[in-house]
Amino acid sequence: MPRIDQHPVVHREWKDPFSFTFAGAPVTAYPGDMISSALFAAGVRVFGHHPKDGAPQGIYCANGQCAQCLVIADGRPVKACMTEARPGMAVAPVDGLPVLPEREVAGRLHDVETRDVEVLVIGGGPAGLSAAIELGTRGTNVLVVDDKDRLGGKLVLQTHRFFGSAQAVFAGTRGIDIGALLEKDVRALDCVEVWLGSTALAVFGDGVVGVLRRDRYVLVRPSILLVATGAREKALAFPGNTLPGVYGAGAFQTLVNRDLVKAADRLFIVGGGNVGLIAGYHALQAGIDVVGLVEALPECGGYKVHKDKLARMGVPIHTSHTILSANGDGRVESVTISGVDGSFRRVPGTERSYACDTVLIAVGLDPVDEFLRSAREAGLATYAAGDAEEIAEASAAIFSGKIRGLEIARALGRSTDEVPDAWRTMGEILKSKPGTSTDEVVPPVEEGVVPVFHCAQEIPCNPCTSVCPRRLIRIDESDIRRLPEYLGGASGKMCIGCDSCVAVCPGLAVTLVDYREDPQTPTVTLPSEFGPSHFAPGDRVTVQDTLGEPLAEAIVEEVQKRDRTFLVRVRLPRAVAKRAAGLRIQEAWVAAALPETVEPLEEGTIVCRCERVTAGEIRACIRAGLRDINEIKTVTRAGMGACGGKTCAALIARLFREEGVPASAITENVRRPLFVEVPFGTLAGMEEEQA
Amino acid sequence: MTRKMADVIVIGAGSVGVPAAWAMARSGLSVLVLDRFASAGQGSNKTAIGGIRATHSDPAKISICLRSLEIARTWRETYGDDVEWTTGGYSFVATTPREEKILRDLLVTQKAHGLDIDWHDAQSLRQIIPSLRRTDLLGGTFSPGDGHCSPLLLGHAIYEQARLAGARFQFGETVTGVSVVAGRVHGVITDKGTYEAAVVVNAAGPWAREVGALVGDEHPVRPDSHEGGITEPVARFLEPMVVDIRPAPGSANYYFFQLATGQVVFCITPSPSIWGFDRRETSAFLPMVAKRMVDLMPCLADLRVRRTWRGLYPMTPDGSPIVGWSRRVQGVLAAVGMCGQGFMLGPGLGELIDRMVREALTAEDQEVLESLSPDRAFGGQETLK
Repeated sequence: MPRIDQHPVVHREWKDPFSFTFAGAPVTAYPGDMISSALFAAGVRVFGHHPKDGAPQGIYCANGQCAQCLVIADGRPVKACMTEARPGMAVAPVDGLPVLPEREVAGRLHDVETRDVEVLVIGGGPAGLSAAIELGTRGTNVLVVDDKDRLGGKLVLQTHRFFGSAQAVFAGTRGIDIGALLEKDVRALDCVEVWLGSTALAVFGDGVVGVLRRDRYVLVRPSILLVATGAREKALAFPGNTLPGVYGAGAFQTLVNRDLVKAADRLFIVGGGNVGLIAGYHALQAGIDVVGLVEALPECGGYKVHKDKLARMGVPIHTSHTILSANGDGRVESVTISGVDGSFRRVPGTERSYACDTVLIAVGLDPVDEFLRSAREAGLATYAAGDAEEIAEASAAIFSGKIRGLEIARALGRSTDEVPDAWRTMGEILKSKPGTSTDEVVPPVEEGVVPVFHCAQEIPCNPCTSVCPRRLIRIDESDIRRLPEYLGGASGKMCIGCDSCVAVCPGLAVTLVDYREDPQTPTVTLPSEFGPSHFAPGDRVTVQDTLGEPLAEAIVEEVQKRDRTFLVRVRLPRAVAKRAAGLRIQEAWVAAALPETVEPLEEGTIVCRCERVTAGEIRACIRAGLRDINEIKTVTRAGMGACGGKTCAALIARLFREEGVPASAITENVRRPLFVEVPFGTLAGMEEEQA
Repeated sequence: MTRKMADVIVIGAGSVGVPAAWAMARSGLSVLVLDRFASAGQGSNKTAIGGIRATHSDPAKISICLRSLEIARTWRETYGDDVEWTTGGYSFVATTPREEKILRDLLVTQKAHGLDIDWHDAQSLRQIIPSLRRTDLLGGTFSPGDGHCSPLLLGHAIYEQARLAGARFQFGETVTGVSVVAGRVHGVITDKGTYEAAVVVNAAGPWAREVGALVGDEHPVRPDSHEGGITEPVARFLEPMVVDIRPAPGSANYYFFQLATGQVVFCITPSPSIWGFDRRETSAFLPMVAKRMVDLMPCLADLRVRRTWRGLYPMTPDGSPIVGWSRRVQGVLAAVGMCGQGFMLGPGLGELIDRMVREALTAEDQEVLESLSPDRAFGGQETLK
């Protein structure tokens, strides 16, 4: 699978390639590549085989949370997704149990370093950075630890423009750029220290936080802990759910948007929330075909503008549908879906299969809350912000971090400022779920230049109002969830056609219709985030309405670039001009179903990936009357593996629901540290003897 | 309020209570087991690391554990479940003359009880444990008949057998009282119901003192806590349980072994003891134990620790269990104060409890029970805890 060398938004220099070996064969990598990305780029999807059943193992979370990508690098087991490739490194697959290399002597053992800090922030994403800025500007000593090599958390994967409030949380700016802005502010603060490549391992009962700082173990003693650890993706149990090629949407975005690896050729998405919808959009931008998306509910849960955008580009969105199985021999070759009724039961006769090589699971997020739980158990003064506290958009995480930052500064006596009511209100608005969809309001004016808002659902978003130089776009300031309104015409002031609102709209939902030159065939300006290879002057394009129905064929008159957004101008008949919302990217044949439906296998639904425990085994326990998940763990080993139940806990809860057992009857699994595995040598403060 | 009758009520579905219930149910007694947790073995049993050895210094423990060993070793052939039993042996290692002397002195008692245990010099011990690379290794004892299994699997397998034999279990109930009529036990009261039985067995582990107090018995049992952990699985490289009794700041000893499934399980005895019911992990444990283990066995430096936990050791003043009938209330039997060895004592002790209840004691039993008597003087200290 090749690298992505043409991307409309992100760019990476392909310089200074080097090579390492995987199973003896050379693999090319570039500086900064994780082992996993380099392997993917080399077409290697299987990194090893499970010791229990020989099942192929590979990428699943690409986020250091699971342990599916284990490889042996220079003799030591490491997570391929968290370990940078180095020139000459010898990487071997893990087939069966790894062999512990023999050692004659230990290195020198040192006492483990202990650090006292006022505030420890776990997680350098939107919430953690915003909090650190609030704290740092008030002179608080802050240590931010993050397990990645870059600050920004998941912002570094978000190539799209953000929703929210332009004034409060950089709405209209791309996630990657917001990450850079926050990082710049944090770096300017002397009292904020940042440790990258540093994983928090546990909050111990004595309130001390164990941190793996690169290869050193450090015990951090904070006065106050802020947990800004974000979220992990929910898993889904279906036959074939652990075939290489089935993975989380976040993993996909990491490979594609951070590492610029074309991680798939044909993609199928499960889940119509914002994560799944955006992942589909990112895939198209990376030149990957998106075969379809299933959503079990009758409506997608994500923003309507995201869904419309994807539909306009030619991706079929199958609502009231579910995945039945991922099919293939050792890798994903197809997916089988079916319609579901109001109770999410499969509707016989509606099954269809689609050829694809990758299935993304985007069925929601769970807070990474183990640090919060154990910190509270330890009696440590603890706060949580962002997804670790409550799952919401990144814009909400930025704002909740800001609020927590001020609260902590107050608790430490660094500030006497109360959190303003307006902040709390904004915080709530940013977290709000999308409202119901209404009919699109088309302005009646058909002269001069008219902006048309193809957004018909209340979501917290207002960048269009802030960029209009004539202040002709209004959203009720007290509640930015209201729909935008064009004030031109009636007020006597008219749109000047500056394109700013078209370029800034995160939903790509504003178009301009210009009647000035030819009222019968007005010029329509459509936003696009696809480069010149897709749309160039003279190209014939299919213009789609908001929902993705074709309106007309047109010739591209002009393409203008504005901060990685392209403004494509076409001329359209007056009758359809205001309904034009976007351009088709993907041809219909891409999403055609296979002539024959691939029948799902009955077996092979894995609940615990680490220990390869099937849904059938868990169901048998439930039917035998087991209600204590700890007992199920004893009997099946589910939750005993490397990830410690991070993936399977929610799946087991779901199986209990399906078996009709109420949550009140279930005893939850006890969770224990560590968060990730650490070598004894590191814990012992061992320094390698220099040869 | 429910009201249930049984011949025997066992308080505590843990390391001792479950095998005792099993043994009694097999003998035809009707047994009811009450436990505060949601399922069997959720207290200290699940925090056990899984070693079973007969090589103690106390004759009573030797006798009980020989039977436990037999039950664990033959479990698979007898009952069919794989409890991951491995006859890997135990090795107590010495790097100073002090430990060598302690261990060699003990050999005398151990051999007198017919135990298969010998002293090996450094070279010979490295044949058994190749990864012991310390240059100052003096040698150690090795008892090939000892071994280890999965405490979760064996605990659960015994629980299943107990149920098959007819023992009933009532989970999620905390005992709040013991009813006594005319000096004889009449039953047990919990937060959810009352139960009647002529015999009540106190197998309440760390709560032994509290349960004993319900009938006025004062068991000198109080829990201290030890921390343990488990690594990722690796290919087999270690056969025996390795025990290092050399004291170091913060710990009296530590021990580790490799499970049949490849993970290394390790545990430390803190010094001074940490008394109480607190089971939250401490930040001091991992650096301390890691340093000691890497120092003894350098290859462990590359082995990754996966999880840690802390379990309770219901300690007695002399380090030996308390097993015997109450002198205050007839029909109340204490099987408490296992001092962290409930898992290895449990299977053998369960059968002994059954013989006590059925008044079918052997001469050896009498001897064993004498030294475990609740009424003994708690003066001494066991050498090998």
